[in-house]
Amino acid sequence: MLLIHCPYCEETLPEAEFAHAGQAHVVRPENPSAQSDEEWENFLFIRSNVKGPHYERWRHVHGCGRFFNAVRDTVSDRFLTTYKAGAPRPDLETLTGEVK
Amino acid sequence: MSETISALNNAGYSGLVRIDETGLQGMITLRGDLSLTTVKKVATTASGATFPGQRQITVSDTGALAWMSPDELLILCPYEEVSDRLAKMTKTLGNTNALAVDVSDARAIFAISGEDARDVMAKLCPVDLHPEVFKPGEIRRTRLAQIAAAIWMEDDDNFRLICFRSVAQYAYDVLKVAAAAGSAAGFHAAQDPV
Repeated sequence: MLLIHCPYCEETLPEAEFAHAGQAHVVRPENPSAQSDEEWENFLFIRSNVKGPHYERWRHVHGCGRFFNAVRDTVSDRFLTTYKAGAPRPDLETLTGEVK
Repeated sequence: MSETISALNNAGYSGLVRIDETGLQGMITLRGDLSLTTVKKVATTASGATFPGQRQITVSDTGALAWMSPDELLILCPYEEVSDRLAKMTKTLGNTNALAVDVSDARAIFAISGEDARDVMAKLCPVDLHPEVFKPGEIRRTRLAQIAAAIWMEDDDNFRLICFRSVAQYAYDVLKVAAAAGSAAGFHAAQDPV
Protein backbone atom coordinates (compact mmCIF):
# COMPACT_ATOMS: atom_id res chain seq x y z
CA MET A 1 0.00 0.00 0.00
CA LEU A 2 1.20 3.49 -0.85
CA LEU A 3 1.65 6.04 1.88
CA ILE A 4 0.72 9.55 0.78
CA HIS A 5 1.47 12.79 2.59
CA CYS A 6 -1.57 15.06 2.79
CA PRO A 7 -0.28 18.66 2.75
CA TYR A 8 -3.44 19.85 4.53
CA CYS A 9 -3.57 17.29 7.34
CA GLU A 10 0.24 17.30 7.43
CA GLU A 11 0.32 13.58 7.99
CA THR A 12 1.40 10.60 5.92
CA LEU A 13 -1.58 8.35 5.44
CA PRO A 14 -2.51 5.15 3.61
CA GLU A 15 -3.60 5.21 0.00
CA ALA A 16 -7.05 3.85 0.93
CA GLU A 17 -8.01 7.32 2.20
CA PHE A 18 -7.18 9.01 -1.11
CA ALA A 19 -8.62 9.24 -4.59
CA HIS A 20 -6.72 9.97 -7.78
CA ALA A 21 -8.16 12.94 -9.66
CA GLY A 22 -6.31 13.16 -12.95
CA GLN A 23 -3.57 15.32 -14.34
CA ALA A 24 -2.65 18.49 -12.43
CA HIS A 25 -2.10 22.02 -13.69
CA VAL A 26 -4.71 21.82 -16.44
CA VAL A 27 -5.76 25.47 -16.68
CA ARG A 28 -9.34 26.26 -17.56
CA PRO A 29 -9.48 28.90 -20.30
CA GLU A 30 -10.51 32.39 -19.18
CA ASN A 31 -13.24 32.57 -21.77
CA PRO A 32 -14.43 29.11 -22.86
CA SER A 33 -16.81 30.54 -25.48
CA ALA A 34 -13.90 32.06 -27.36
CA GLN A 35 -12.17 28.68 -27.69
CA SER A 36 -12.03 26.85 -30.95
CA ASP A 37 -13.36 23.29 -30.93
CA GLU A 38 -9.84 21.97 -31.06
CA GLU A 39 -8.64 24.07 -28.11
CA TRP A 40 -11.69 23.05 -26.09
CA GLU A 41 -11.16 19.41 -26.93
CA ASN A 42 -7.57 19.80 -25.78
CA PHE A 43 -8.66 21.27 -22.48
CA LEU A 44 -11.32 18.65 -21.84
CA PHE A 45 -9.82 15.42 -23.06
CA ILE A 46 -6.20 15.54 -24.12
CA ARG A 47 -3.89 14.45 -21.34
CA SER A 48 -0.25 13.55 -21.25
CA ASN A 49 0.70 9.94 -20.60
CA VAL A 50 4.01 10.35 -18.87
CA LYS A 51 6.50 7.62 -18.19
CA GLY A 52 8.32 8.87 -15.12
CA PRO A 53 7.51 11.82 -12.83
CA HIS A 54 3.95 12.97 -13.42
CA TYR A 55 2.07 15.96 -11.95
CA GLU A 56 -1.23 14.68 -10.63
CA ARG A 57 -4.20 15.85 -8.61
CA TRP A 58 -5.20 13.74 -5.63
CA ARG A 59 -8.01 14.12 -3.15
CA HIS A 60 -7.95 13.20 0.52
CA VAL A 61 -11.48 11.92 0.08
CA HIS A 62 -11.80 9.96 3.33
CA GLY A 63 -10.08 12.64 5.39
CA CYS A 64 -10.14 16.39 5.07
CA GLY A 65 -11.71 16.18 1.61
CA ARG A 66 -9.18 18.56 0.05
CA PHE A 67 -7.69 18.36 -3.42
CA PHE A 68 -3.92 18.70 -3.61
CA ASN A 69 -1.18 18.12 -6.16
CA ALA A 70 1.43 15.41 -6.21
CA VAL A 71 4.39 14.36 -8.29
CA ARG A 72 4.33 10.60 -8.73
CA ASP A 73 6.77 8.50 -10.68
CA THR A 74 4.54 6.39 -12.92
CA VAL A 75 7.23 3.73 -13.28
CA SER A 76 8.03 3.10 -9.62
CA ASP A 77 4.72 4.44 -8.23
CA ARG A 78 6.79 6.50 -5.84
CA PHE A 79 5.49 9.86 -4.64
CA LEU A 80 8.25 12.43 -5.06
CA THR A 81 6.32 15.18 -3.32
CA THR A 82 2.86 16.51 -2.55
CA TYR A 83 1.91 20.17 -2.31
CA LYS A 84 -1.16 22.32 -1.78
CA ALA A 85 -3.46 23.19 -4.65
CA GLY A 86 -2.52 26.60 -6.02
CA ALA A 87 1.11 26.23 -4.97
CA PRO A 88 3.63 26.57 -7.80
CA ARG A 89 4.78 23.48 -9.66
CA PRO A 90 7.89 22.13 -7.92
CA ASP A 91 11.05 21.90 -9.95
CA LEU A 92 11.38 18.39 -11.31
CA GLU A 93 15.17 18.35 -11.42
CA THR A 94 15.60 19.05 -7.73
CA LEU A 95 12.99 16.41 -6.93
CA THR A 96 14.46 13.65 -9.03
CA GLY A 97 17.91 14.67 -7.82
CA GLU A 98 16.84 14.10 -4.23
CA VAL A 99 15.60 10.61 -4.98
CA LYS A 100 18.91 9.50 -6.47
CA MET B 1 -44.76 16.28 17.90
CA SER B 2 -43.27 13.02 16.71
CA GLU B 3 -40.63 11.34 18.84
CA THR B 4 -37.11 11.64 17.41
CA ILE B 5 -34.93 8.57 17.61
CA SER B 6 -31.36 7.92 16.55
CA ALA B 7 -30.40 5.73 13.59
CA LEU B 8 -30.30 2.42 15.45
CA ASN B 9 -32.24 3.50 18.54
CA ASN B 10 -29.48 2.73 21.05
CA ALA B 11 -28.60 -0.73 19.74
CA GLY B 12 -25.85 -2.46 21.67
CA TYR B 13 -23.64 -5.53 21.37
CA SER B 14 -21.20 -7.26 23.69
CA GLY B 15 -18.35 -9.20 22.19
CA LEU B 16 -14.63 -8.64 22.51
CA VAL B 17 -15.63 -5.09 23.25
CA ARG B 18 -18.86 -3.34 24.01
CA ILE B 19 -20.43 -1.54 21.03
CA ASP B 20 -23.19 0.97 21.60
CA GLU B 21 -25.02 3.30 19.35
CA THR B 22 -25.18 6.09 21.87
CA GLY B 23 -28.38 7.72 20.71
CA LEU B 24 -29.18 11.28 19.87
CA GLN B 25 -26.17 13.56 19.83
CA GLY B 26 -26.22 17.21 18.88
CA MET B 27 -23.74 18.03 16.14
CA ILE B 28 -23.08 21.33 14.46
CA THR B 29 -20.69 21.64 11.59
CA LEU B 30 -18.89 24.94 11.15
CA ARG B 31 -17.08 25.84 7.96
CA GLY B 32 -15.06 28.96 7.45
CA ASP B 33 -11.61 30.46 7.75
CA LEU B 34 -10.39 28.98 11.03
CA SER B 35 -7.81 31.72 11.46
CA LEU B 36 -10.55 34.34 11.95
CA THR B 37 -11.10 35.43 15.55
CA THR B 38 -14.89 35.45 15.09
CA VAL B 39 -14.94 31.86 13.84
CA LYS B 40 -12.72 30.73 16.71
CA LYS B 41 -14.85 32.54 19.24
CA VAL B 42 -18.10 31.12 17.88
CA ALA B 43 -16.71 27.59 17.98
CA THR B 44 -15.30 27.78 21.48
CA THR B 45 -18.38 29.51 22.90
CA ALA B 46 -20.81 27.03 21.36
CA SER B 47 -18.88 23.95 22.46
CA GLY B 48 -17.46 25.27 25.73
CA ALA B 49 -14.17 23.67 24.75
CA THR B 50 -10.83 25.22 23.90
CA PHE B 51 -9.86 25.65 20.24
CA PRO B 52 -8.35 22.38 18.96
CA GLY B 53 -5.11 22.14 17.04
CA GLN B 54 -4.75 20.28 13.77
CA ARG B 55 -6.25 16.75 14.03
CA GLN B 56 -7.25 17.37 17.65
CA ILE B 57 -10.48 17.19 19.60
CA THR B 58 -11.09 19.10 22.82
CA VAL B 59 -13.77 18.18 25.33
CA SER B 60 -15.80 20.27 27.76
CA ASP B 61 -18.51 19.43 30.31
CA THR B 62 -21.30 19.95 27.83
CA GLY B 63 -19.70 19.23 24.51
CA ALA B 64 -16.63 18.88 22.38
CA LEU B 65 -14.91 20.64 19.52
CA ALA B 66 -13.18 18.71 16.76
CA TRP B 67 -10.88 19.74 13.92
CA MET B 68 -12.26 18.09 10.77
CA SER B 69 -10.26 19.75 7.97
CA PRO B 70 -8.35 23.01 7.44
CA ASP B 71 -11.67 24.87 7.15
CA GLU B 72 -14.11 22.72 9.08
CA LEU B 73 -14.94 22.15 12.73
CA LEU B 74 -17.47 19.88 14.39
CA ILE B 75 -19.20 20.97 17.56
CA LEU B 76 -20.75 18.30 19.78
CA CYS B 77 -23.40 19.30 22.29
CA PRO B 78 -26.56 17.90 23.88
CA TYR B 79 -29.21 17.18 21.26
CA GLU B 80 -31.82 19.46 22.85
CA GLU B 81 -29.48 22.46 22.87
CA VAL B 82 -28.60 22.43 19.18
CA SER B 83 -31.12 25.00 17.98
CA ASP B 84 -30.29 27.45 20.78
CA ARG B 85 -26.56 27.18 20.32
CA LEU B 86 -26.91 27.32 16.55
CA ALA B 87 -29.02 30.49 16.72
CA LYS B 88 -26.39 32.17 18.89
CA MET B 89 -23.63 31.05 16.56
CA THR B 90 -25.40 32.38 13.47
CA LYS B 91 -26.01 35.69 15.24
CA THR B 92 -22.39 36.08 16.33
CA LEU B 93 -21.11 35.10 12.90
CA GLY B 94 -23.17 37.86 11.30
CA ASN B 95 -21.67 38.72 7.93
CA THR B 96 -18.57 36.59 8.42
CA ASN B 97 -18.07 34.24 5.50
CA ALA B 98 -18.74 31.07 7.45
CA LEU B 99 -21.53 28.54 7.73
CA ALA B 100 -22.90 26.70 10.75
CA VAL B 101 -25.35 23.87 10.14
CA ASP B 102 -27.19 21.39 12.36
CA VAL B 103 -26.12 17.92 11.21
CA SER B 104 -27.31 15.97 14.29
CA ASP B 105 -29.88 13.94 12.38
CA ALA B 106 -27.53 13.27 9.47
CA ARG B 107 -25.06 11.30 11.54
CA ALA B 108 -24.82 8.36 13.87
CA ILE B 109 -22.44 8.02 16.78
CA PHE B 110 -21.03 4.86 18.35
CA ALA B 111 -19.03 4.06 21.46
CA ILE B 112 -16.56 1.19 21.29
CA SER B 113 -15.24 0.31 24.70
CA GLY B 114 -13.12 -2.40 26.20
CA GLU B 115 -9.53 -3.51 26.50
CA ASP B 116 -9.46 -4.75 22.91
CA ALA B 117 -10.93 -1.54 21.47
CA ARG B 118 -7.69 -0.62 19.68
CA ASP B 119 -7.54 -4.05 18.06
CA VAL B 120 -11.16 -3.94 16.93
CA MET B 121 -10.76 -0.49 15.38
CA ALA B 122 -7.45 -1.42 13.78
CA LYS B 123 -9.17 -4.26 11.93
CA LEU B 124 -11.38 -1.73 10.17
CA CYS B 125 -9.50 1.56 9.91
CA PRO B 126 -6.19 2.15 8.10
CA VAL B 127 -4.84 4.13 11.03
CA ASP B 128 -1.79 3.55 13.17
CA LEU B 129 -3.50 2.96 16.51
CA HIS B 130 -0.39 2.21 18.51
CA PRO B 131 -0.82 3.70 22.01
CA GLU B 132 2.21 5.90 21.48
CA VAL B 133 0.92 7.23 18.17
CA PHE B 134 -2.85 7.56 18.52
CA LYS B 135 -3.85 9.01 21.85
CA PRO B 136 -6.95 10.45 23.46
CA GLY B 137 -7.42 14.00 22.23
CA GLU B 138 -6.67 13.14 18.63
CA ILE B 139 -9.33 12.74 15.95
CA ARG B 140 -8.97 11.03 12.59
CA ARG B 141 -11.27 11.17 9.65
CA THR B 142 -10.71 7.95 7.83
CA ARG B 143 -12.44 4.87 6.49
CA LEU B 144 -14.26 2.25 8.47
CA ALA B 145 -14.12 -0.71 6.06
CA GLN B 146 -15.96 0.79 3.07
CA ILE B 147 -17.44 3.93 4.59
CA ALA B 148 -16.21 7.32 5.76
CA ALA B 149 -15.93 7.77 9.50
CA ALA B 150 -14.32 9.94 12.15
CA ILE B 151 -12.80 8.30 15.20
CA TRP B 152 -11.30 9.54 18.43
CA MET B 153 -10.55 8.16 21.86
CA GLU B 154 -12.21 9.30 25.06
CA ASP B 155 -9.62 7.46 27.11
CA ASP B 156 -7.33 4.51 26.59
CA ASP B 157 -10.10 1.90 26.24
CA ASN B 158 -12.89 3.96 24.75
CA PHE B 159 -13.36 4.96 21.13
CA ARG B 160 -16.02 7.17 19.69
CA LEU B 161 -17.03 6.91 16.07
CA ILE B 162 -19.16 9.16 13.90
CA CYS B 163 -20.50 8.09 10.51
CA PHE B 164 -23.36 9.09 8.26
CA ARG B 165 -26.78 8.01 9.46
CA SER B 166 -27.54 6.28 6.17
CA VAL B 167 -24.68 3.82 6.77
CA ALA B 168 -25.20 3.37 10.51
CA GLN B 169 -26.44 -0.21 10.11
CA TYR B 170 -23.39 -1.10 8.02
CA ALA B 171 -21.06 0.48 10.58
CA TYR B 172 -22.76 -1.41 13.41
CA ASP B 173 -22.66 -4.73 11.55
CA VAL B 174 -19.04 -4.41 10.54
CA LEU B 175 -18.07 -3.42 14.09
CA LYS B 176 -19.92 -6.47 15.42
CA VAL B 177 -17.98 -8.74 13.06
CA ALA B 178 -14.69 -7.16 14.13
CA ALA B 179 -15.65 -7.65 17.75
CA ALA B 180 -17.01 -11.19 17.41
CA ALA B 181 -16.15 -13.51 20.27
CA GLY B 182 -13.02 -15.53 19.61
CA SER B 183 -11.59 -13.04 17.12
CA ALA B 184 -9.14 -11.38 19.49
CA ALA B 185 -5.99 -10.28 17.69
CA GLY B 186 -4.09 -9.33 20.83
CA PHE B 187 -1.91 -7.09 18.71
CA HIS B 188 -1.89 -3.90 20.72
CA ALA B 189 -1.84 -5.71 24.04
CA ALA B 190 1.32 -7.46 22.87
CA GLN B 191 2.94 -4.07 22.22
CA ASP B 192 2.62 -2.95 25.81
CA PRO B 193 5.74 -3.27 27.91
CA VAL B 194 5.22 -5.99 30.52
